[in-house]
Amino acid sequence: MSVVGEPGTKELLSLEELEAAGGLRTGRKHILSILVEDKPGVLTRIAGLFARRGFNIHTLTVGPTDDLSISRITLTVDGALHPIDQVTKQLHKLINVLKIRDLEPDDTVARELALFKVAVEGTQRAEVMQICEIFRGKVVDVGRRSIILEVTGTTDKVAAFEAMLRPFGLIEMMRTGEIAISRGRGET
Amino acid sequence: MRAVDAVMECLKAEGVDVVFGLPGGANLPTYDAFVDGGIRHILVRHEAGGGHAAEGYAKATGRVGVSLGTSGPGATNLVTPIVDAMMDSVPVVFITGQVRTELLGTDGFQEADTMGITMPAVKHSWMIQHPDEIPRSLHEAFHVARTGRPGPVVVDIPQDLSRADIDYQPVTDVKLPGYQPTTEGNTKQIRQAAKALASARRPVLYVGGGVVNAGASEELRELATLDRFPVTCTLMALGAFPAPHPQWLGMLGMHGTRAANYAMDEADLICSVAARFDDRITGKLSEFAPRAKFIHIDVDPAEISKNVPVHIPVVGDAKNVLAKLVAEYRALEIDSSRLDTWWERIEGWRTKHPLRYDEATNGEIKPQYLVQALYEATDGDAIITTDVGQHQMWAAQYYHFNHPRRWINSGGLGTMGFGLPAAMGAKIGCPDATVVCLAGDGSVQMNMQELATCAQEGIDIKVVIMNNGYLGMVRQWQELFWDRRYSQVDMGDFPDFVKLAEAYGATGLRLTRSAGLGEALREAIATPGPVMVDVRVGREENVYPMISPGQAARDMVG
Repeated sequence: MSVVGEPGTKELLSLEELEAAGGLRTGRKHILSILVEDKPGVLTRIAGLFARRGFNIHTLTVGPTDDLSISRITLTVDGALHPIDQVTKQLHKLINVLKIRDLEPDDTVARELALFKVAVEGTQRAEVMQICEIFRGKVVDVGRRSIILEVTGTTDKVAAFEAMLRPFGLIEMMRTGEIAISRGRGET
Repeated sequence: MRAVDAVMECLKAEGVDVVFGLPGGANLPTYDAFVDGGIRHILVRHEAGGGHAAEGYAKATGRVGVSLGTSGPGATNLVTPIVDAMMDSVPVVFITGQVRTELLGTDGFQEADTMGITMPAVKHSWMIQHPDEIPRSLHEAFHVARTGRPGPVVVDIPQDLSRADIDYQPVTDVKLPGYQPTTEGNTKQIRQAAKALASARRPVLYVGGGVVNAGASEELRELATLDRFPVTCTLMALGAFPAPHPQWLGMLGMHGTRAANYAMDEADLICSVAARFDDRITGKLSEFAPRAKFIHIDVDPAEISKNVPVHIPVVGDAKNVLAKLVAEYRALEIDSSRLDTWWERIEGWRTKHPLRYDEATNGEIKPQYLVQALYEATDGDAIITTDVGQHQMWAAQYYHFNHPRRWINSGGLGTMGFGLPAAMGAKIGCPDATVVCLAGDGSVQMNMQELATCAQEGIDIKVVIMNNGYLGMVRQWQELFWDRRYSQVDMGDFPDFVKLAEAYGATGLRLTRSAGLGEALREAIATPGPVMVDVRVGREENVYPMISPGQAARDMVG
């Protein structure tokens, strides 16, 4: 906030120049990386908070950290639908929540894992395997009439891979939701 | 030591002198410990009564209330007081019994998922999984309930764990890494707030219940009188600023005064002190205080910019922040005459639109007059609890609260049946105060049974029923917004409250005429022991003025 009448002076400030903060929609996806105490019900508290306040969770992953008593929850929220500051402030009120980081997209490496079961017969199999190679995916199971592929990457890459596979007959798809880590030496 | 005996030690260490509860199968061990635990226990007739009594105790004293119930229905009966305490930020520790651990998840007798059911409505909760956890969890529960933005907490203790033996060591080092409320307030922000206030030409101090919770009335008065700031309070904050004060505009919001609502509408700067911009205050959000910039002081950062975008946020305890704000304000060069025009405008509204009602010509008692008579009969110095509805709004308008913690009602949740048990708790917390529950004939019946508790325990409360034979506020809305098509609001002439009071072992009285009402109330209040007064008032009186739901302040009617 920059207004005339800075603190420390006797000069008064002009009300006209005050700007409101908060309640803003950023319009982009946010990845929240949350450290929580590994206590019973902690996930219920978080999920319940989102449901109660009408916030939509896009993806959610939970896993252990190097500290046994602490888990990490990575969740993605649409900043076009919800004011992120309100989401994080409400999360902070949960007593089992230790730390929240709203990861900056440019300073973050985000990945998800996806498994695809595709219907393939005859020559199609080779074609699918070729696409898989382009996406640096792996064939993890082959049957007579189907094939299972594994791919990791950003949400966009997984979505692109899905789009390529769909015409062949996508039987099933599983995605983990994103996990993310901040770039550089510092901890996420 | 048995874990339940450790529970008694913990309660005593927390300074608990009374708890409100009802025993059952799952908390039998705890009740065994009460036999020689050295803590007063009030046996209520319904767990909800106990929960509201604990709220009343907490609101009247500022200390943490304690309420107990057994598993299953005992716990579910506590849900309303828990949600109520959450909405109004009341510090209460609820301790519930739970079925034995081997039965958990089997739909055992009187099993309910107390943690799951209460989770959305608690500040935090603890499910005991090992008897050794009990003392620390209880102390953590008190710490969380009492500090920051106060609120309800639940500790659920399975029966078998509560009777286990533990090696009890007093706990003195409660630390919760994920819970560190900000209480001090950022100095730079506070300075900015002081400067904005000094620049404002049409300022209003908009005061919420957090000022009562923080015990910040003195600091508030100091700030207000430094520079003739107009002050308005929400329903929850009545008494935080003395009502007879010339800078007092009255309550704001749906049934607030025109002076308060119009001042908000025309203000250029609104300084919200621990209020939360509830819809009953803002009305139509897009037209709320359209010319104003906002300072928002609140101990709960999530309240800031939740409903209304704020220009100068200050996270901190109201008492600390107001004291610093006063100091910062003193350091500035102030020209108080800049507020002259603003006060002229406000005086204009006050003169033109005072709170008013038509006096009765037929000798019947007008409900507003009943509140005025009660104010006189108690010398304006009683603790008043209410239920929810018309009587609550008239009490807020016509009983001019001079001190904080004298006005105890259910604001956020709007719980009918709150008043009588809350009065019971308030009287136990403040034995020297006159405690009056002003109730509606509809809502008083929702926790009527606690009159037996009062009679048995000699809890000296006076219940004044504003009896119009209707669910009055619902009737008013049906009259105004549903073409007077009355649907299920007529309570008739039932029950006979005088006989009922006597049956409960209290004194019952009935008053029907306006003449001599004040004297009769004074006598009723002087009568020892619990008294219930059935006051018959005009049936179809409406609460005015009013901002219709979803309308703006300047569209007030009545």
